[in-house]
Amino acid sequence: MGNSDFSARRKAYIYTMRFLMIASSVITCVISFSIIIYVLFKGLPNISWELLSSKPSYISEKIGILPDIVNTLYIVLATLIIVIPLGVGAAIYLTEYAKSKRLTSIIEYAAETLSGIPSILYGLVGMLIFCQFLGMKTSLIAGSMTLAMMNLPTIMRTTQESLRTVPMSYREGAFGLGAGKWRVIRTVVLPCSIDGIITGCILTIGRILGESAALLFTAGFAHELNGLVKGLQSSGASLTVALYVYAKEQGEFEVAFAIAAILIILTLIINFIARALGNYFKNRGSN
Amino acid sequence: MNVFSIENMNLWYGESHALKDINLDIEEKSITALIGPSGCGKSTFIKSLNRMNDLIPNVKIEGNIKYKGHDIYSPDVDVNELRREIGMVFQKPNPFPMSIYDNVAYGPRTHGIRSKAMLDEIVEKSLQNAAIWDEVKDRLKKSALGLSGGQQQRLCIARALAVEPRVLLMDEPTSALDPISTAKVEELAVELKNNYSIIMVTHNMQQAARISDYTAFFFLGELIEMSNTDLLFSKPSDKRTEDYITGRFG
Repeated sequence: MGNSDFSARRKAYIYTMRFLMIASSVITCVISFSIIIYVLFKGLPNISWELLSSKPSYISEKIGILPDIVNTLYIVLATLIIVIPLGVGAAIYLTEYAKSKRLTSIIEYAAETLSGIPSILYGLVGMLIFCQFLGMKTSLIAGSMTLAMMNLPTIMRTTQESLRTVPMSYREGAFGLGAGKWRVIRTVVLPCSIDGIITGCILTIGRILGESAALLFTAGFAHELNGLVKGLQSSGASLTVALYVYAKEQGEFEVAFAIAAILIILTLIINFIARALGNYFKNRGSN
Repeated sequence: MNVFSIENMNLWYGESHALKDINLDIEEKSITALIGPSGCGKSTFIKSLNRMNDLIPNVKIEGNIKYKGHDIYSPDVDVNELRREIGMVFQKPNPFPMSIYDNVAYGPRTHGIRSKAMLDEIVEKSLQNAAIWDEVKDRLKKSALGLSGGQQQRLCIARALAVEPRVLLMDEPTSALDPISTAKVEELAVELKNNYSIIMVTHNMQQAARISDYTAFFFLGELIEMSNTDLLFSKPSDKRTEDYITGRFG
């Protein structure tokens, strides 16, 4: 019975592979959960209303992260306002209008390359272009533009992917009724792909929240509480930059862990919203 | 009267010569069936009649395609207006992922009708003309994707009728449907020919024989022959037509 030898080997192979698969997923889960739990464990006890609602003062030796929270919100807002129209617009052009396959693939290749560049390089380029060449100095708006540049490929690619999932037959149906190109895009293609586009945007918010390297050079370190317009023009630390400063330069690890916990909670909330919105828009078409 | 007259039409997809020297006239208010084996060019042909081939890159068309005496490829033609007048029903039912009402109202809205009362009227009339009103009148606000395949196809016909076309191009409209739905769509086509000119691609020769007035047989990109349906099926003048309709190939 040569067969039984073969099937024993095959069984051993199957069991080994299955063990390896299970082991790698367990390791992945353990690592990510233990980081989350460790940070929350160390950070949550240090979050106080006073920390969240005040600004730091050297005179009273008080630490507060309200300015950093506000700066982060400004940066997220400004970046999205810049990057969404650009990214979605570019994706619509490339997927729906562009005739030249060559041009499209060159742009896609460039976008792919851009999204692989380390963020510190964006920080450097942003500093040279926005802060110095365009004279914006170290400011939230310079930081936002740097982040917009950095996230442009992501928004563009996710939008493109999602436009491509819209069946050609929908477009044909609309064209067949005498609808013009833009009307087909606006009333059929975009509504069908909005779930993917929104998911892409929300994941981008996550990346903006988590970015520090690109902001170190461009947005600065100030902890001033400003209105939107003045805030965008002045230097300011985001939560991640503040985390770096408190941990590395001031040795305030309690504050750093509190910020880390806030960031993790924000990220979880954002992922949750992304999923919920994605599902909401996906189901809207079918009931 | 002829609704279409096509003279010396040639079509290329890149290098491949898909339609060769087509000459034919299409009678108004009748059903013209286009038959022939897969890949013979009948779908390509029908998509040239409302310029849906414009959507495909690298298509080159020569010759004259006249709709009511006017060349549809001449530069002064408004393609959107042309497609409004020459409606199309596709092989696979393709309702939009919207409500039944919005599907039918899509065309009229596209062409500028905003009044709710007017839209209501158009939607009801179109659904009635497509023989699906009774099945959907209580669920107009529900998604069109919840309908069965046959209902979806009749909804697509209603959607096409809502812009008041003169011609309906049907590209194998029943090939994805079950026999009962097929019978309904066929009945509908026969009824619609009182008001519309219908050009239908079909793989089903019984269907062509049952409902069409004229039949054109395409083979390898050429129009082999076209005549009255009865005549074509009883006395085909070309050997290839005879071989095809008697089932020797195809």
